[in-house]
Formats: sequence, C-alpha cells, structure tokens
Amino acid sequence: MDYFLEIFWGGLTRGSIYALIALGYTMVYGILELINFAHGEIYMIGAFTALIVSTALAMAGMKGLTVFILASVLAVIYASAYGFTVEKIAYKPLRQAPRLSPLISAIGMSIFLQNYVLLAQTSDFLPFPGLIPEFTFMQPYAHIIGSTEMVIISTTALIMLLLTVFIKFTRMGKAMRATAQDRNMAMLVGIDINKVISSTFILGSALAAVGGVLIASHIGRINFYIGFIAGIKAFTAAVLGGIGSIPGAVLGGLVLGWTESFATGYVSSDYEDVFAFAFLVLILIFRPSGLVGRKTIQKV
Amino acid sequence: MRKIKELRQSLLISVWFMFLTFPIMVIRVNTIDNIIEWRWMNMIYVGLGSFVFSFIWRYLLSKKQSGAKLLKADKPAYLLPMQRIFANPWMQMSALFFIAVFAVIFPFVFSSYQINIMTTALMYVVLGLGLNIVVGQAGLLNLGYAAFYAVGAYSYALLNYHFGIGFWTALPIGAALAALFGIILGLPVLRLRGDYLAIVTLGFGEIVRLVLENWNEFSFGPSGISNIPRPGFFGIELNFEQVSAYLYFLVIGICLLAIFVIRRLQNSRIGRAWIAMREDEVACQSMGIDMTRAKLTALALSSMWAGLVGVIFAAKTTFINPASFTFLESAMILSIIVIGGMGTILGVIVGAFLLILLPEYLRALSDYRMLAFGAAIVLMMIFRPQGIVTVSRRTYQFSDENHAPDISTK
Repeated sequence: MDYFLEIFWGGLTRGSIYALIALGYTMVYGILELINFAHGEIYMIGAFTALIVSTALAMAGMKGLTVFILASVLAVIYASAYGFTVEKIAYKPLRQAPRLSPLISAIGMSIFLQNYVLLAQTSDFLPFPGLIPEFTFMQPYAHIIGSTEMVIISTTALIMLLLTVFIKFTRMGKAMRATAQDRNMAMLVGIDINKVISSTFILGSALAAVGGVLIASHIGRINFYIGFIAGIKAFTAAVLGGIGSIPGAVLGGLVLGWTESFATGYVSSDYEDVFAFAFLVLILIFRPSGLVGRKTIQKV
Repeated sequence: MRKIKELRQSLLISVWFMFLTFPIMVIRVNTIDNIIEWRWMNMIYVGLGSFVFSFIWRYLLSKKQSGAKLLKADKPAYLLPMQRIFANPWMQMSALFFIAVFAVIFPFVFSSYQINIMTTALMYVVLGLGLNIVVGQAGLLNLGYAAFYAVGAYSYALLNYHFGIGFWTALPIGAALAALFGIILGLPVLRLRGDYLAIVTLGFGEIVRLVLENWNEFSFGPSGISNIPRPGFFGIELNFEQVSAYLYFLVIGICLLAIFVIRRLQNSRIGRAWIAMREDEVACQSMGIDMTRAKLTALALSSMWAGLVGVIFAAKTTFINPASFTFLESAMILSIIVIGGMGTILGVIVGAFLLILLPEYLRALSDYRMLAFGAAIVLMMIFRPQGIVTVSRRTYQFSDENHAPDISTK
C-alpha cells in the first residue's frame, strides 16, 4: 500500500508539472492554432535562470527560502520576457502565412534556443541546489511523499486556482476567451489582438518557468536539453485533455503523470519515455479531440 | 524624423536584448569551484549585434511588404540573377556538363577526406529529396524522418550480423523495410493533418530511437553495432581510398536515380494529387482523389529513400548506434529543404551542399552550426518562405495569337 501511495503521489507531482507546462501550449493553441514548439525551451530557460540566480545568491551568502523565492521570481520574469520576444520575432510576422510556416519557424526557434543555452552555458548537467526546505511536520510521511513534492503539488493547485479566476473574471481573461472563440469577431468588438496574444505568451511562459523551477529543485540537475522531452510530454498532456481547453490540460497532465508513474513503477523503467510517446500517438489517432475537447469541423 | 524614431526604436531593442541575455550570456556559474564568471564583453556584443540587426530586420520586413504588393499587381515574380542566367537552355546544358565532368574527376583529384565529405553531402541530397516528397510536395510535415534512416541502417547491420547478408542484397531490403515502416506509420495517421501529423511523426521517430536504445537483445542498445562490412566490388578487396571513391560513385548513382524518379513523379498523376492534397485536403477529396492512396504512397516513397541512404550510411561508417538518429538529424534534413526551397529538386541540392559543406569547411564555426540552422529556419520562414530557389510553378497561359493553349512555366 505504501508503495502504491508513493507512486500515486509521485505521479501527481509529475502530472502537476506537466499540467503547468501544458497550460502554455493549450492557451497558445487556443488563440493562434499554433503548436508553440519553443515552449519547452522557455521552460528550460526558466530553470537555467533560477539555477544561475540561486547559485550566485548562495555564493553571496544568502540562504534558504529567500534565495528560492528570489530565484523563482527572476526565472518567471525572464521566461516571460523570452516568451514575449519569441512571439514577436518568430510568430508575429507569420500570422497570415500558411499553417505549416509558423510551425517550422517554431522548430527553428526551439533549435536556436537550445543551442544558445548550450553555447553560452554548458552541455553538462548542472546540479540544481535543493532550495525547498524539509518540513518537520512531513517527517512521518517521508517514505510516501517528500516536502518538495508537497510544495510542488500545493503550488500547482494554487496557481491553477489563480489562473481560473484570471481567465473567468478579469478583463484580459475575458478578452483571451473571446479571441480563442473567434479572432476576427474579437477584433470587431474592439479587443486588441496583439495585446491578447502577447499576454497569452507571457502568461504561458510564466507558468512554464514555475514548472521549470519546481521540477529542477525536485530532480536536482538540469541541462540544455530538458526542454525538449518535457515539452513533448506536456504537449501530450495538452492533446490528451483536448488542446485549447484549460481544464483539459490539467486533467491531461495528471493522467499522463499517473500513467507514467504506474507504468514505470509496476512494469519497467527502461521505456519511461516510450510510454509517453506511444500514449501521444494513440490519443492522436483514436481521440484527436482529447478527453474534454470539442470536435472541430474541418472547413475548406 | 523617421530616422530618429527608428534609431530610438533600435536602441530600445538593443537594451531589451541586453537585458534578455544577461543571465545566460553574462553570468556563468561554476558549481564545482564555486566561482562566478562575469562575461561583460558578451553584453556589449549582444547590444551592438541586436542594434545592427534591428536595422536589417526592418529593411527586410519593408522589402517583403513591398514585394507582397508587387505580387498583387501581377508583376512577374522576382528571380535571382543566377536563375535568370540559367533560364537559357544553352547555359543549362553547359553548366550540367561542367558539373558532370567535375563530379567524375572529383575522386581522382582530391583526397579521400574530401571525397568522404562530398559523399556525406550527396547522401543528404538524397535524404532531402526523399523528405521533400512528403513535406514539399504532399504537404505532410514529417518530423521523424531519421527513424526511416535508422530502419535502413539497422536492417543492413542486423541482417549482416545474423545472416551474413551482403550490401547489395541489403540495399533493396533496407529500402523496402523503410517503405513498409512508412506505410505502418501512415495507416493510423491518415485522418490527421497539419500539425497533429507533425507531432505524431515526431513521436514515432522518438519511439523508434528509444526502442533501439533500450532493446538490448535486438539492437545491442546504445553501444550500437560495429564492424559492418563495406560494400563489395565483384569480390575484389578494395583499400580504404578505393572504397571511398567507390562509395562516392555509388551515392552519385543513387542521387541521379532519385532526381530522375522524383522528376518523373512530379508530373505524374500521383504527383499532381500530392500537390492538390497540399493545397487543400477537403477540396482535393471532393475532386475524387483517393487521399488514402496519395498519403500512403507519399510516405512510402519518401521513407524508401531514407532506407536506401541508411544502408549506405551503415556501410560507409561501418558502425551505427541510436545516437545517429535523433530528432536533430530529422531537424537537419528538414532545414535542408526549408533553406533550399520546398518542393524543388534544385533547391534541395543547393540546401544540402550549403548545410553540409559549409560547416565542414568552416571548422572554426562548426560549434555554431545548429544555432545558425535554427536561426536560418526562422529567418527563411519569415523573409523567404519559398527557400533560396523559387518554385517554378507550372501554369497554363492562354495566348491570343493562335487561340490555342500554350503550356509554359512561369
């Protein structure tokens, strides 16, 4: 039973991270119908920024939670800035282009950002400092769920709540939903589309950065390539839930996290990534609209 | 006034990029010795670079917009001066003749190192031509092309290891197996289109690589297979230099075959069906084109070339492991056709030579290869989506003089 619970919580932790990254994919797809291939790289840059800032601060003599919070805030700011800039450079000039053009451009951007970090930093795995302190009240359950996992799950839950409030009730959230429904109509009623798209990228990147910082402090090491696999898995989560749907991304993330955890926990750990990819292929073939997504009608 | 405004904008952009690249470009933490390395010079480079680049960007963007206007005014499309010269058939013939002579004497003049590089470039020409069938002609973005390449390479390596099958027997088997894999991938994804298809092919490519990496009993895992024999030449043992020349001519032959077959395909019934499919799937279906067949043949014919080159790759390097068939390999082949020009044979050839030979000869810059490819893909998509070589699209023009339709290429 303990083993089962450990895997259950492990899956929930993984799933929360996937959900955080998947939200960025799903929001961008909802508005632009574009798979933002560079999204995984934004997550990686978030994690790298946090690593650099926290190591620099730790060397300057600061300790514990302050470092963690400062590093996270800077990571979120920088990742948002990158997301914003990527959209302006690689996607905005292609808004009227055929559908495959922005996708290819996104792949180029992803390769560029990976190699940018590789060349400016290093190709080796860097140790990520364990910034989240151990909670004493968690001690009796340490064999099932660690403090870091607890922090990840609760932070994600809090962010989901805030995001729901933002999307449902704020002006910008409403504008985003309107744009996702019908871009031209939204323009007609006076919504500044450029602003909405930029905000979507900023918001999605910020969420990815939070995910990046959390997973990096959980796993404890990062390199320039983490964004690729994480990006594909988060995309799987987004598709699983039904791309374009925000609750769907969360659901998809959790389902994928659990599937992976149970599959590696009870079957074999060699094929961890194969499970995710096979899952993705199967969903796309049998239920491309996802678990909660609507069917879209193909128009000429 | 406009100049001052542009100057201010460029200054703002350079400040923004200096801010953006600050943590990654300027600071480098060494976690082992606990030292922080500050690289302030990088900040200055970024600032200057983005300042200059913002002007180029603005210029290119305005040029692109005026170009769009020109196109609307129904003026003839702008051709590169090179292309205008080569529109002359006499020039074409003489250029082809020189290229042919050069290709034939090449291995006798240059060292085996040069021959090997050229062989690699030619292999990428074939790979690019193969991928171009699905991406450029049929409009299906395949991001897992390296998987088919791997199928070819592994089928030769494994068949040789277990059954001692030689190169020439393995060549058609590898191609057939890769084509079969193309159909296997194609069957379930028939209903998907555009970006979903791209992601499924990406997933498929990664699955193939991960299986090769983990299934030790079958593929010997990450350590790969070594001692794959080089191709035989009627039972005569060749030394290293002769083998490279031999492989070179072999690849040239396959290259010519690929160019011939793909040229014939372009104007065939199925080739036109692919173009119709690329333009609009629903409209194409309603015109009575069997989409299932069109998609499957595109995938099978495209994968076949990858399988063929895969067998040659295994024979050339005599060692293969899954690390040669990552997503980066697929991305590399994709950049060849994006940069060269999607849908054109000449474009793919130019792209492959550019992307393979340039980093080889500019060794100092080879670290920046993938960085430059990434940037080049983005820039090409924005400023010249048709690639270096423009597609000459077959159009039917009505001429007034003899009231008969006159077929010409525009």
